[in-house]
Amino acid sequence: MDTQLGKWEVFMQAKPGANYIHAGTIHASDKKMALQNARDTYTRRGEGTSIWVVPTDAIVASNPDDNDMFFDPSNDKTYRLPTFYVMPEGAKAI
Amino acid sequence: MTEQQALYKYCLRLGDNALVQSYRLSEWCSNAPTLEEDLALTNFALDMTGRAQALLAYAGEVDGNGKTDDDLAYRRGEREFYNHLINEQPNGDFAHTIARLLYTSTYEYLFYTELMHSADERLASIAAKVVKESRYHMTHANDWAMRLGNGTEESQGRMQAAIDGLWMFTGEMFETDAADALLRDKNIAVDLGKIKIKWMERITEMVKLAGLKMPQGSYMQTGGLKGIHTEYLGHILTEMQYLQRAYPDATW
Amino acid sequence: MELLEKNEKLQDNKLGSFEAKIERDDAIEPRDNMPEGYRKHLIRQMSQHAHSEVIGMQPEGNWITRAPSLRAKQILLAKIQDEGGHGLYLYSAAETLGITRDEMIAQLHSGKAKYSNIFNYPALTWADIGAIGWLVDGAAIVNQVSLQRTSYGPYSRAMVRICKEESFHQRQGYEIMAKMMNGTAAQREMAQDAMNRWWWPSLMMFGPHDSESPRSGDAFKWKIKRSTNDELRQKFIDKTVQQAEVIGLKVPDADLRWNEEKKCYDHGPINWEEFHSVINGNGPCNNQRMAHHKKVHAEGAWVREAAEAYRLKEEKLN
Repeated sequence: MDTQLGKWEVFMQAKPGANYIHAGTIHASDKKMALQNARDTYTRRGEGTSIWVVPTDAIVASNPDDNDMFFDPSNDKTYRLPTFYVMPEGAKAI
Repeated sequence: MTEQQALYKYCLRLGDNALVQSYRLSEWCSNAPTLEEDLALTNFALDMTGRAQALLAYAGEVDGNGKTDDDLAYRRGEREFYNHLINEQPNGDFAHTIARLLYTSTYEYLFYTELMHSADERLASIAAKVVKESRYHMTHANDWAMRLGNGTEESQGRMQAAIDGLWMFTGEMFETDAADALLRDKNIAVDLGKIKIKWMERITEMVKLAGLKMPQGSYMQTGGLKGIHTEYLGHILTEMQYLQRAYPDATW
Repeated sequence: MELLEKNEKLQDNKLGSFEAKIERDDAIEPRDNMPEGYRKHLIRQMSQHAHSEVIGMQPEGNWITRAPSLRAKQILLAKIQDEGGHGLYLYSAAETLGITRDEMIAQLHSGKAKYSNIFNYPALTWADIGAIGWLVDGAAIVNQVSLQRTSYGPYSRAMVRICKEESFHQRQGYEIMAKMMNGTAAQREMAQDAMNRWWWPSLMMFGPHDSESPRSGDAFKWKIKRSTNDELRQKFIDKTVQQAEVIGLKVPDADLRWNEEKKCYDHGPINWEEFHSVINGNGPCNNQRMAHHKKVHAEGAWVREAAEAYRLKEEKLN
């Protein structure tokens, strides 16, 4: 039996409005402990304004073997990018 | 006793409580049941060290003898310390440390919430910072009390023994002396009678939630306010003040 | 038969993609295919690194209650806490390779996993706290900066975070040494004594000479290691000697000379006999460090069990 308690992934928001970014992992037996352990481990230098914790086994990761089917098909869809379009000279605020 | 003397003693009492707690909490470093808890208890020790600095520095200023926070921490003898006895008791097992944190952080949360309204602006501003730390310490202690009290048979037994064992040191936290009376009149000191009721309510509630029984003993230890301590404080000072005493001319 | 061949081909393709990634300097991530040797090497190196951080809390922890000022106590506490945090980051990174923290701790206790030899030396005086921060952390940082570019993503990310946080560690140690060298005769003597005891073990931290541990090994092929032991050791010596001179400390090496041609310091022979003897259990503190870790682990068991039991009860209720 693992006596080191369950694993949780920690996501931190550095400042209000920012994306939550993966900070690392901690061990804890319950949600409250997970949040407190994340706080005591990952905000020692005032790094955050908000924390999410997620049980590690609740994370579903894509399979690297599927990378070609998952990610390659979007590579040639450059019409999704604003630089794809030619704007008439002199047009403003577009 | 002048107001200045009363305020000096009041600051020392609060500063000494923080200093001695920081000593005990820092003893957990590399000794906690998980690595995560090791970091948490060290954070609390750091909070307490900062608190001791702020309060002892202010005590030195009030006294006006040019004493720094370090002078007061490292160059006073046992009979000149005014902390509550509960804070100098050995850590014991993890349940004892949680039980002490439960008692003291609940007290400190209530105490510093009141002190934020002190007529002394400096104390009020220190209190505003401390109250946030205390609230977190209290949350941490409450959650662990729940886990240990409602965990296994062993943890419940240990947690019950811990709250029972430390109970006789809780009464002293509400004792007052002449300094309190004088500063109460000036609206500087906290009304301990008022927070005693709230403290008892919260602890009773928490003990119940943790599946434990309220300690029954009515005998309460006393002495800290007069600088009369248990034997443990002498050993704390021996260790803490070692370098300052062995090399009195050195600066570090 | 056909299936077997197909499987083998698939396996080759997978490893091919691993090698291509290494070639391109792409990070390897936990779910990527990797040779078993790569995984094993990483688990060994990362768990040893994690154990070192955690065991390293002990010699410095020896002085927490005796720190000579409130400021010194705060700094030391914060630093030791960082070491614990870094151990935690590294255990977590190693766990992505399919080993649990519990298994790693069990390996430490059985002697299968090692920790850095340096922590088998005692922290005897307050100056040792200065020397550990300045020399031991200084040496560790040289190694860790290089490991920021290691090929395994989680390890590299942990290293980036650790390097950022450790930037104050070496400074606090050097500050202690500088203060003591500016202090009384007794303090200066203490500082030089600590320098004398910690200098050589710090050089040993980088491991055997390159002639003993060649660059051609798997660790380099897989880009786990990015610089050789001697390269890193030289980097450390070159920056540290000057720092010692500034505060008036003597480096305890009669053969230490600036080599104008190579633009670096030549140093005297390292006592590898001592190194191997300490690794094999004969250091002054080996038994003490392990006994402490085992005791704390055993004493915490009932707390962890209670936390798990409480969770199970709560889950049943909800």
